[in-house]
Amino acid sequence: MLVGLIVVWLLVNFFKDPSEFAAVFLIGLTNGTVYGLVAIGYTLVYGILQLINFAHGDVFALSGLVSFTVLVDWLGVTPADSTAVAVGGILFTLVVVMAVFATVNVTIEFVAYRRLRHAPRLAALITAIGMSFIVQNVGLALYDVDFRSASGLIPRTNVFEIGDVSYTWNKFMVILITVPVLVLLTWFVASTRHGKAMRATAQDRDAAAMLGINVNRTISVTFALAGALAAVGGVLFLTQFNMRYDTGFELGLIAFTAAVLGGIGNLTGAVLGATLIGLIQAFNEGLAWHAPGSDWTRSIVFGILIAILVFRPEGLLGERTPEGA
Amino acid sequence: MADLLTATAVRKDFGGLVAVNDIDFTIPERSIVSLIGPNGAGKTTFFNMLTGVYNPTAGRIVFAGVDVTGKPPHAITELGVGRTFQNIRLFSFMTALENVLVGMHARLTGGIVRSILRTPGLRREERVARDRARELLRFSGLRGRDDELARNLPYGDQRRLEVARALATEPQLLLLDEPTAGMNPQETDAFTGFVSRLRSEQDLSVLLIEHDMRVVMGVSDRVTVLDYGEKIAEGTPKEIQHDERVIEAYLGTGATA
Repeated sequence: MLVGLIVVWLLVNFFKDPSEFAAVFLIGLTNGTVYGLVAIGYTLVYGILQLINFAHGDVFALSGLVSFTVLVDWLGVTPADSTAVAVGGILFTLVVVMAVFATVNVTIEFVAYRRLRHAPRLAALITAIGMSFIVQNVGLALYDVDFRSASGLIPRTNVFEIGDVSYTWNKFMVILITVPVLVLLTWFVASTRHGKAMRATAQDRDAAAMLGINVNRTISVTFALAGALAAVGGVLFLTQFNMRYDTGFELGLIAFTAAVLGGIGNLTGAVLGATLIGLIQAFNEGLAWHAPGSDWTRSIVFGILIAILVFRPEGLLGERTPEGA
Repeated sequence: MADLLTATAVRKDFGGLVAVNDIDFTIPERSIVSLIGPNGAGKTTFFNMLTGVYNPTAGRIVFAGVDVTGKPPHAITELGVGRTFQNIRLFSFMTALENVLVGMHARLTGGIVRSILRTPGLRREERVARDRARELLRFSGLRGRDDELARNLPYGDQRRLEVARALATEPQLLLLDEPTAGMNPQETDAFTGFVSRLRSEQDLSVLLIEHDMRVVMGVSDRVTVLDYGEKIAEGTPKEIQHDERVIEAYLGTGATA
């Protein structure tokens, strides 16, 4: 019934103004991929530790702020620079910030979670919330309450233009960077020896240890991957939107919702869930005919979280396959 | 014959409960030795100390000349101790082949960077590993099951896959924890033959925990009997079968009176 109404609403919007619909769709897709980068971090860590790492959203936000320092303060890239300089600067920033936040995330696990691995799950969860506040306040202390942004570095010229629908390089860059990263990650987890070690550890930690897998090291690798992906998200977010120390709180919750929607612990699910959430948000805020509007976005997104937890806790992609690719 | 493993006065307390009480135990090279005893006698606890799951409260365990007391499980596995579990613990969402490849993890050298760059050396290593994994599956009687998810295999095959996976760690000593539990007589017979072949063809020692006396008496060079954490008898299968304390432990006091 509800689904039917939504489909009708989408169809009406589509036929009233197809080009607007397509434009909104592309925005949703772009934002969804950024959510996906963060959602994967939740899902990887949950898969291997059954821990909801609430600090993850804040790690993402801090990585965005740090990438502002690298890209704008140190490299001094401005919108006046040529596209080649901007792209080079962004790629360089990506590499630096990924390395830094892989390390930060590994450190967080080592300091805050490792000793609690055999403690009741609530202890680790509360520690994760504490860690979230710490990371957020580090961001506040270093960057104050001001918003940072590096938008406009990539020209808003069109990649393609069909009728009234256009898609700018500025947005396309997000897809251009995210998709290879996701493909690489999926392949890494599915096919390499280290990916197999991750999946084995996620499925049965003790048996994995007994087969010669260094569990601590494998968990560190997982946190490093999650941190690096959050950093990719941070850099890309910075090139699109404004962000400050507390941006990660809400975005983290949205990404977590995406991970739950897709089926937590499932990589493909996280990307699917994030894309859907991105589209839902874009349709809700962008369509002309009877869209609830941005005031309702939070209610809708977190309504979805509750609905999924109540009606389909295993998420869209069916049964729980830990670290399933 | 030299001893592959020597445990000296190994003890494990859980709170006030003494699960394993100052046990001396050796495993000679290329031997099949069994550990038997009633439920709760401390057999699995002893196993878990040998493999690093538990730290002994006291005592010392030396494997292949290295003191392994209190080392983490993955380090002991790297030294050459493989094991299976009492209740099957396969990676059920992986294929049979992947399960065996996970067992090879510690024997492969490709680092993360090389794995991503896919250097020729790494490709060769992966190809050799896959061939070896297929060979192990065939050796364990799982021909043609390579790409089956572990959870979809029949029970007997899951047991075999656990052994194949343990063999993939290239052990010198293989610990089997009640491998024939839940098997029917035919499967048990086949498995008994398989354990003998492990020694003759894979050149390793086996420590067996088993309840099925036909299996124990059929393959063991030596049998050790535990009861309430104490070693109450040790000897050849024949000696054990006629040991009064053993009969008493299994059948209760009065049975021998």
